[in-house]
Amino acid sequence: MTATVLERPAGATVAAGRRARSRRWRRVVVVLVVVLLAVLLLTLCVGERTYSPLDVLRVVLGQDVPGASFTVGDLRLPRALTGVLVGVAFGMGGVMFQTMLRNVLASPDVIGISAGSSAAAVVAITVFGLSGATLSVVAVASGIGVAGLIYALSWRRGVHGTRLILIGIAIGAMLDSVISYAISRAGIYDVNEAMRWLTGSLNSAFWPVVRPLALALLVLVPLATILSRRLGALQLGDDASTALGVPADRSRLALLVVAVALVSVGTAAAGPIAFVAFLAGPIAHRLVRGAGALLWPAALVGALLVLVGDFAGQHLLGLRFPVGVVTGVLGAPYLLWLLARSNRTGGSL
Amino acid sequence: MKHTLAVEAATLGYDDRVVVQDMTLEIPQGRITTIVGANACGKSTLLRAMARLLRPSAGRVLLDGTPIDDLPSREVATILGLLPQTPISPEGIAVADLVGRGRYPHQGWFRRWTAEDDAAVEEALRTTDTLDLADRPVDELSGGQRQRVWIAMALAQQTDVLLLDEPTTFLDVAHQVEVLDLLTDLNRRRGTTVVMVLHDLNLAARYADHLVAIRAGHLYAQGTPAEVVTELMVEDVFGMTSRVITDPVSSTPLVLPVGRHHSGTATTGRAADDERAAPEAPLPADALR
Repeated sequence: MTATVLERPAGATVAAGRRARSRRWRRVVVVLVVVLLAVLLLTLCVGERTYSPLDVLRVVLGQDVPGASFTVGDLRLPRALTGVLVGVAFGMGGVMFQTMLRNVLASPDVIGISAGSSAAAVVAITVFGLSGATLSVVAVASGIGVAGLIYALSWRRGVHGTRLILIGIAIGAMLDSVISYAISRAGIYDVNEAMRWLTGSLNSAFWPVVRPLALALLVLVPLATILSRRLGALQLGDDASTALGVPADRSRLALLVVAVALVSVGTAAAGPIAFVAFLAGPIAHRLVRGAGALLWPAALVGALLVLVGDFAGQHLLGLRFPVGVVTGVLGAPYLLWLLARSNRTGGSL
Repeated sequence: MKHTLAVEAATLGYDDRVVVQDMTLEIPQGRITTIVGANACGKSTLLRAMARLLRPSAGRVLLDGTPIDDLPSREVATILGLLPQTPISPEGIAVADLVGRGRYPHQGWFRRWTAEDDAAVEEALRTTDTLDLADRPVDELSGGQRQRVWIAMALAQQTDVLLLDEPTTFLDVAHQVEVLDLLTDLNRRRGTTVVMVLHDLNLAARYADHLVAIRAGHLYAQGTPAEVVTELMVEDVFGMTSRVITDPVSSTPLVLPVGRHHSGTATTGRAADDERAAPEAPLPADALR
């Protein structure tokens, strides 16, 4: 027994365990991708008129199918793609926040960053009558601005998770009152438009929404993936991170910029779909159980949450609800459970 | 290649509060240096500055003669390792994966995990006697095991200099000795320069080649434990009356505190014998809660 152990090359014991974990991680990712594709196909097929998967595939491949080409190609496909992309953006952005600040509560939708985008959009609609691309730019910029403000206010010899969360929640509450004020003064038509920025919905997700969103993610997702190594060091605490050659404050700032951009771009496309950013990380963590990095699993879980939530909101609940209402109903109990369970401040990933 | 670490006329502090003033210190290469001092004397602050966790407001920290802040952080991390006082283990992470994070500085932005990394992790686990825990989640370990795993992470970094901020806190006396023995092995076998802050003066005196005593942010004395640990030093640095005798086990200085109680005449060894002969009735465990 001992002899066989000695004959193994140095590192073999460690390598075996590491390979087993990375196999498990890959399995989780593959399963998530398969489920996501299945749900995607389902949302493309099923609706007021149901088309066969074959028809749907032909539309996706660019063939002309009478009836389906418009319903699937111009309505359902952009809607589903927006759902996937927004879910990826929220899932990644959320888990980056939660990991970097070592607290599940540090999700951008809890600490007021999504509220920053929403408030700016609502004010822009009701007061300045903006719409379209200008509106999206205003929303993204203000999400980033609010994140900067929260970061600056919580800076004291470096940024600490708990202080940033508390300041974020306070800023979020202030922004909510701005939203309420703007809504109460607005005309009924504007309120309708503004609602999308409050609950989050895919109702206006047509091709002009998909293209800029896809373009932004094409830049942000690789950046997040490259930076995610730094998350692994930051998780160990600021001192350990610096000792490993990953300077804590500088790395956190870079991660924060990318994560805020992800969340703001998602919010600009579909509004602050409640709790997707908050839920994706913890669910991914349950699935992965320490077998590897959470960034990609959380992105896939985020996409699934949005797609399933939107499908349920449209077809399963009798009335039509925007996706944000469905995810809100899912997320709120989890937040309560998290707060009730934890004796500290929420727990980390 | 041997690396040098020195502090040159450094003033250290937080915001406006100066904790360490005008400190100059050279860490002996390939030796075990221990920093001792009373609470809040600046010993941890000094270690933090040497680990580039704190930038001096005046003066500098030199690694191989170059100011440490001028060197790329990742390059420094291949020379200088640190065991921080309160590291955080991510929920559910396996021991081997945590130790593997010590390989970060050896990997570039795109370099993948290699067999060399596996070998380094395995050696670190073997050295700290934690190889059989490799696939266990860190959360499930006892305090002593966990501390050894963190040390393993610092070892996997394979640095020539290792800084440790109170590596024995939260450990019972057996595990304290175990950790210090482990660091001594490392120093003897590989010539690793070890610098640590220790609370326990007697263990510091036993395990140090070079002892640095800090009082109120100033260097009070440095040298071999036999030179530094005296009744006068204990009085000046810790504000405590004591007797210093020779440790019958290690022949290093052994400090016996003289408090207001149980000290008898405190002039001969007899007082201590009397105490041992007539111990106080032990308290029931409940009384301590």
